[in-house]
Amino acid sequence: MTRVLKYILYDILRTRFILLYTAFLFISTFGLYQLDSDSGKVVLSLLNIVLMVVPLVSTVFSTIHFFNSYEFIELMLAQPVKRSTVFLGEYMGVACSLCVAFVTGVGVPILLFGINANALTMLYTGVTLTLVFVSLAFLSSVLTRDKAKAIGIALLFWLYFSLIYDGLLLWVVYSFSDYPLEKITLVLIAFNPVDLARIIMLLQLDISALMGFTGAFYQEFFGSYLGIVLSTLVLFIWIVLPIALAQRIFNRKDL
Amino acid sequence: MKKLLVIPFLCTCLISFGTAIPVGSKYSVKTIKQAIEKASHGDTLIIYSGVYREGNIVLKKNLTIIGKGYPVLDGENKYEIFTIHADHVTVSGLKFINTGVASINDLAAIKVLESNYLRVQNNKFENTFFGIYFANSTNCRVEGNELKSDAEAEHQIGNGIHLWKCEHMTLDNNRVSGHRDGIYFEFVTESLITNNFSEGNMRYGLHFMFSHNDEYRNNTFINNGAGVAVMYTKGVKMIGNTFEHNWGSSAYGLLLKDIRDSFVTGNIFKKNSVGIFMEGSSRIEFKANTFSENGYAVRLQASCDDNVFERNNFSANTFDLVTNGTLVLNTIDHNYWDHYEGYDLNHDAVGDVPYRPVSLYGMVIEHMPSAVLLWRSFFVFLMDRAEKAVPAITPDNLKDNSPAMNPYDFHKAN
Repeated sequence: MTRVLKYILYDILRTRFILLYTAFLFISTFGLYQLDSDSGKVVLSLLNIVLMVVPLVSTVFSTIHFFNSYEFIELMLAQPVKRSTVFLGEYMGVACSLCVAFVTGVGVPILLFGINANALTMLYTGVTLTLVFVSLAFLSSVLTRDKAKAIGIALLFWLYFSLIYDGLLLWVVYSFSDYPLEKITLVLIAFNPVDLARIIMLLQLDISALMGFTGAFYQEFFGSYLGIVLSTLVLFIWIVLPIALAQRIFNRKDL
Repeated sequence: MKKLLVIPFLCTCLISFGTAIPVGSKYSVKTIKQAIEKASHGDTLIIYSGVYREGNIVLKKNLTIIGKGYPVLDGENKYEIFTIHADHVTVSGLKFINTGVASINDLAAIKVLESNYLRVQNNKFENTFFGIYFANSTNCRVEGNELKSDAEAEHQIGNGIHLWKCEHMTLDNNRVSGHRDGIYFEFVTESLITNNFSEGNMRYGLHFMFSHNDEYRNNTFINNGAGVAVMYTKGVKMIGNTFEHNWGSSAYGLLLKDIRDSFVTGNIFKKNSVGIFMEGSSRIEFKANTFSENGYAVRLQASCDDNVFERNNFSANTFDLVTNGTLVLNTIDHNYWDHYEGYDLNHDAVGDVPYRPVSLYGMVIEHMPSAVLLWRSFFVFLMDRAEKAVPAITPDNLKDNSPAMNPYDFHKAN
């Protein structure tokens, strides 16, 4: 397993994409800190990157990487190693490198300009979102043999979670606006990792006051010990479920 | 000529100088109650430092009471301290602590009933239930007092300066903190409220109802539980006040309910969850105000009409303006909006395209509060962009036709 992982990490480093991604995150974070000294506002601006760019890069990069190393996977499977080892090795390699890229790219400027709870929450949500979307990308990769199609599916996942789902949510809220929706929306939020990450982040930033009753309700939930545990658990399920499903498919798949 | 001058001087001496009675442990008069009993109208009591535990002191003579070195009047958590029922009384330089707390009676450190021409100056109040309480009085001055309390819940504490049914009152340079309402007025008219500082009160920094034709200048309201709320009043002037950091899900910088024919000019609204919330208010002029870093700068309910927003600065607010209807009967013109993205071809410092301060998402949350959970999502961003390009849902005529390109510099003008 470690040896497989080592080869994959070497491979990823050779493509230089990860370095580029790290540099991009580093420069944007650094730039934002230069523009604004208020760390709260910087974190708010970074939130857009975390919610949009991180999932997008994670999905596209993972899918492309998976198909580019298809021959390597086939070669490895010809050796006496388990399918799950190879597959999980691939996953770990991609996920680790993306997470490290994110943590260095965003974390180093944060460390330089002063670390606080907001920034830590952002790092946490960024890392979790990376893991979730790498999982989803792997799922879309094993669903089909065609690279273009797989990228299409991965992008669809991204589009669905960052845009379409919110539209549907708004529609639900609109249709049932006569009813108390707080608890239901809380459940619906759990079905979208991007929304969950966004709300955890927003509540951290003390702007829940603007969110009226709904905000107060969420604050109480996410601020409580149970809320933190539950939301982490839900995000964990979002990581594990797609990759477990993907591995199941991969194990039975005729390569 | 000289003799002529002496006569009025002697007259004033006769009028203003009664005898002075010193009160203190070193003097023959040991207690304030004794001194009051002994004194006749127009006398001055000079109270030297020490602790006076005398229960409730009732004053029915027009005396001047002056504290030297802040003598402490202790209510022992049981009593109201001063109850004044006389005109022309001056109370200054005293320190009031620990009044009683009651649910039925409004126990105060200084309670004034049906009296005129009083002065309450430079006193200190610590841990009092009500601080200064006037009922049915006119022409009084309350200045330079410092009121501090540290209650934990709203029901355990009264108001700092509480005025009921008064006229021609002047409140100047008082500091109130930790009370229920910092300054509370009910039926107080024709009064002047200047340079006061109301911070960290449980409920409102300033709270008034049915208090017509009052003028508020250069007061500061910071970090109060629910900001400032004023209701059912006409002819209010609010000039040069600061409303800052009133933050919370039901806190407002300034809440205006049923206010008419008023002026709100030159104020600063900073870091409030809602800068101004207006309901059922008419004919108010908002000019030269600064709204910065608020959640909502202005929440203008559709029940307001004929209000004018002119030459205000709006910067770094999450939402500039939110309304709950499509009918717009208010005028918004010549303001500076930092979210404005228009251009100025002829360089006259006025934007060439109108600015629409109401965002689609702002409208959506006003109708469906639960939709707030989509805040800052990509979907909302796209929705707002689309609406900005082709306004369909936001009120079409709610716009600033001549937005300023640069922020106004109000301080320079002053």
